[in-house]
Amino acid sequence: MDLNLTMLAQAIAFFIFFWFSKKFVWPPLMRAIAERQAKIAEGLNAAEAGKRALVEAEAKTESALKDARDRSQAMFSDGERRANQIIEQAKLTAKTEADRILAAAQEQIQLELNKAKTSLREQVAQLAVAGAEKILKREINAAAHADMLTELKAQL
Amino acid sequence: MASGTETTATSYITHHLSYNKMEIAGLGTIHIDTLVTSVVLGLIAFGFMWWVIRGATSGVPNKRQAFVEIALDFIADQSRNTFAHGDVNKFVAPLALSVFVFVIMMNAMAFMPIDIFGWVMEHVFHQHEWRGVPTADVNTTFAMALSVWFLMLYFSVAVKGLGGWIHELFCSPFGSKFWAWPLNLLFNIVEYVSKPLSHSLRLFGNMYAGEIIFLLLGMWAATGVVGTIMGAVLGAGWSIFHILIVGLQAYIFMMLTIVYINMAHEHH
Repeated sequence: MDLNLTMLAQAIAFFIFFWFSKKFVWPPLMRAIAERQAKIAEGLNAAEAGKRALVEAEAKTESALKDARDRSQAMFSDGERRANQIIEQAKLTAKTEADRILAAAQEQIQLELNKAKTSLREQVAQLAVAGAEKILKREINAAAHADMLTELKAQL
Repeated sequence: MASGTETTATSYITHHLSYNKMEIAGLGTIHIDTLVTSVVLGLIAFGFMWWVIRGATSGVPNKRQAFVEIALDFIADQSRNTFAHGDVNKFVAPLALSVFVFVIMMNAMAFMPIDIFGWVMEHVFHQHEWRGVPTADVNTTFAMALSVWFLMLYFSVAVKGLGGWIHELFCSPFGSKFWAWPLNLLFNIVEYVSKPLSHSLRLFGNMYAGEIIFLLLGMWAATGVVGTIMGAVLGAGWSIFHILIVGLQAYIFMMLTIVYINMAHEHH
């Protein structure tokens, strides 16, 4: 046991080292560690949020897919229905057109017939007049007998 | 191992247990070896930590930083578990850190092979006598223990007030009846005396005993072939065991420091 001045010097040295670590060693590293803890916590939270977002996105995707399928199904059946409708429409139009053409043709025919009949009547009337002329061997005043001739024509 | 004179067992031991002394006129003796060794060790240890922490990042730490962080985290944990009176970061944890690092560095000097270390000191630094383990010098351990002791007194008075502290000296642990006062005072004096004594002498005794055993093994190694082999084998064994003692004593010293400071904060 040789206690002497060394003790005081050692104590001073110790206090200087203590002051140094209290000021320059401990607080900065503790700060760094605390910051890292915060960062890690943040990262874990973000991962958790990401997981939740993934689940949500999956659900959204699923519903969007289902929606798209339903819509395409609807569009398909709608198209089919429309096509049928158009075909029906076309058939109807074609039939109407055909009827119209037929009617027009019939009318034309009737017209032609009437015309033919009229000219035929006239020719018959002329023939009859010519025949009568021949029979009577004399001229008939066409103007004087127009009424009679017309009446005759109408009777034919 | 003074050159020219023959080495005997006594001179060998005496040589290794002699301090490198310096007289300071009017003030007393100072152990240059203890002081220089401990200050150099402190500069290395605290300088290293400072160097690492200056480049510390809150991101992914490198191995150096992780090492220092593990050490500081360990000490912070111990402080938090033992100290129950407020934020450890303010005072107790840095104190525990400096006590632990300083003591373990000084203890670790025991791993230096005594004779090689002595040879280097003698032939490179021309110091004939040099004790390599500062904690095997009772001055060091008393300096540390008394520093803690004064801090303990300071906190006792600062936390409870001078009146409260004196009240406790007389009124605890046996109660405040007037006939218990002398008993309480005696008990508290014994406690206040025994704290720094046990604190310092435990560390000193362990490190000094370790040194003595290394010296004895070194002596045995000089006695012949068997002695050399046995000295080497047992020296290695003792060194390995000493790793435990070095760490454990530093840990105990640190824990007692925290405990004493904690006790100083307690009201009775």
